[in-house]
Amino acid sequence: MEPIIETKNLTHIYSAGTPFEHTALSQIDFSVYPGEHLGVIGHTGSGKSTLIQHLNALLKPTSGQVLFQGSDIWSDPKTTRRTRFQVGLVFQYPEYQLFEETVYKDIAFGPKNMGLDEREIDRRVREAAYFTGLRDDQLDKSPFELSGGQKRRVAIAGVIAMEPKVLILDEPTAGLDPVGVESILGNIREYHRVHQAAIVFVSHSMEEIARTVDRLVVVNDGTIPLQGTPREVFAHGGELEAMGLGVPQMTRVFHRLNALGADVDPSIYTVQQAKQAILAKLKGVV
Amino acid sequence: MALKDITLGQYFPGNSLVHRLDPRTKLIAVVLYITALFLASFFLTYLIMAAVLVLSVAVSKVPPKALFRGMKPILFIAIFTAVLNLFYTPGTTELFRIWIFTVTLEGVYRAFFMVVRIMMLIAGTFLLTYTTSPILLTDGLESLLNPLKKLHAPIHELSMIMSIALRFIPTLIEETDKIMSAQRARGADFETGNLVQKAKALIPLLVPLFISAFRRADELAVAMECRCYHGGEGRTRLRQLRYQLRDWLTLLFFAAVTILVGVLGHFGL
Repeated sequence: MEPIIETKNLTHIYSAGTPFEHTALSQIDFSVYPGEHLGVIGHTGSGKSTLIQHLNALLKPTSGQVLFQGSDIWSDPKTTRRTRFQVGLVFQYPEYQLFEETVYKDIAFGPKNMGLDEREIDRRVREAAYFTGLRDDQLDKSPFELSGGQKRRVAIAGVIAMEPKVLILDEPTAGLDPVGVESILGNIREYHRVHQAAIVFVSHSMEEIARTVDRLVVVNDGTIPLQGTPREVFAHGGELEAMGLGVPQMTRVFHRLNALGADVDPSIYTVQQAKQAILAKLKGVV
Repeated sequence: MALKDITLGQYFPGNSLVHRLDPRTKLIAVVLYITALFLASFFLTYLIMAAVLVLSVAVSKVPPKALFRGMKPILFIAIFTAVLNLFYTPGTTELFRIWIFTVTLEGVYRAFFMVVRIMMLIAGTFLLTYTTSPILLTDGLESLLNPLKKLHAPIHELSMIMSIALRFIPTLIEETDKIMSAQRARGADFETGNLVQKAKALIPLLVPLFISAFRRADELAVAMECRCYHGGEGRTRLRQLRYQLRDWLTLLFFAAVTILVGVLGHFGL
């Protein structure tokens, strides 16, 4: 399958030519495929935020290319602008970007900038609100009257309302309580299912990412040392720990069992898989 | 455009003699330097001032390139002043005439020295902010203004306000960058359009910026109160400012330069 977004030899250097020069990305080849649920992990300062800001043309590569559906997003201003709408990016703590008088108007900001007509904007705002679990009566409130978690839903709805083909979320659950985390992850899965959009989920929490994504990309020090299915990636537990990233608890348990001489698969990462593996083992014994 | 690249008077960490001087010394030296600049009147005195500036920059080890980069925005003002002076200085030696404007030799000199004076003034004060961290700078200022406390002027409060303001400039710049990116991701356009459209495009940037600035101010106030901050009375310092020999020598040097330039300038040299 053709990737929907592809970076070729992407390099980004901040403050080039000054004493503060810093290479954030070096020669990255990275792809997002249509409809996939991709996870990007890396610790703070690894370059993952820089990488995702290239995907929707917020940052211009120092060298290399970013392709969206096969064409260079910087080839002309029209393509650049179109890419911003097709690749929706939700920043970390997006609730701090709200500015309108009502929740409705804030969600409508993106679709309005796309130049859609009134009726289409209305449909999209209501649908985005539905996806993010906002009630109808909340649409006429000021976003500043809402709680932190609800503000975040409004901000995510503001991006979803543009109906992007790729939805990138940078730590969308940071600072939320467990119930809030579950409900936002559920909302994102729902959008993924209904719109068949590709989701890029950026996080440093292994537990969270392991449960939700089909494919994982590890960013470390401006490069991509590991990628593959969560099972493949978590099999490299030692390397991940050397990069300052943990592996999910279950993986740790099974790594340890393996080291103790038990013949179990060390790449198990969910409780469900663990249960099955242990039951299978026990059956053999009993 | 990366807002982070703005270098207007940014601190440039280092460990040169100039960096290690007491901030009060540097403040007084800059005041003396500026006074001398205004006392200078012709080639010889300006040459002395230029030598002082070059010497100071050399000792500070601040790359001259960085200094020049910071001065670029001022260049326009300097040239504008120079052009005004060029045409509006009355004098005896008329050089040429364009329409109703007359250019005299005095005007040319005056315009030239005006540019030199402004640029040197800016370079000197930039050297101060390049080599002194904002915290030391406000500490020094507070200590110099201490006598005014007797007149019940709120010197400590003013310097606290100043250090907080300075401390939050980079934070606000970063915040602006972030909010701009977030709104751009939703199709906001800050670059094109006429003046009215551009002003309107700033609303999605300014509203969140103000809200977060107020939120930060509130959080900071609470955090300070939690640590029992109650103003300057009886407050001791981690960094005690003490004059060293090098401070006295520097002050002596700048005082001497000022007197020398003052005397020579008086004779029109």
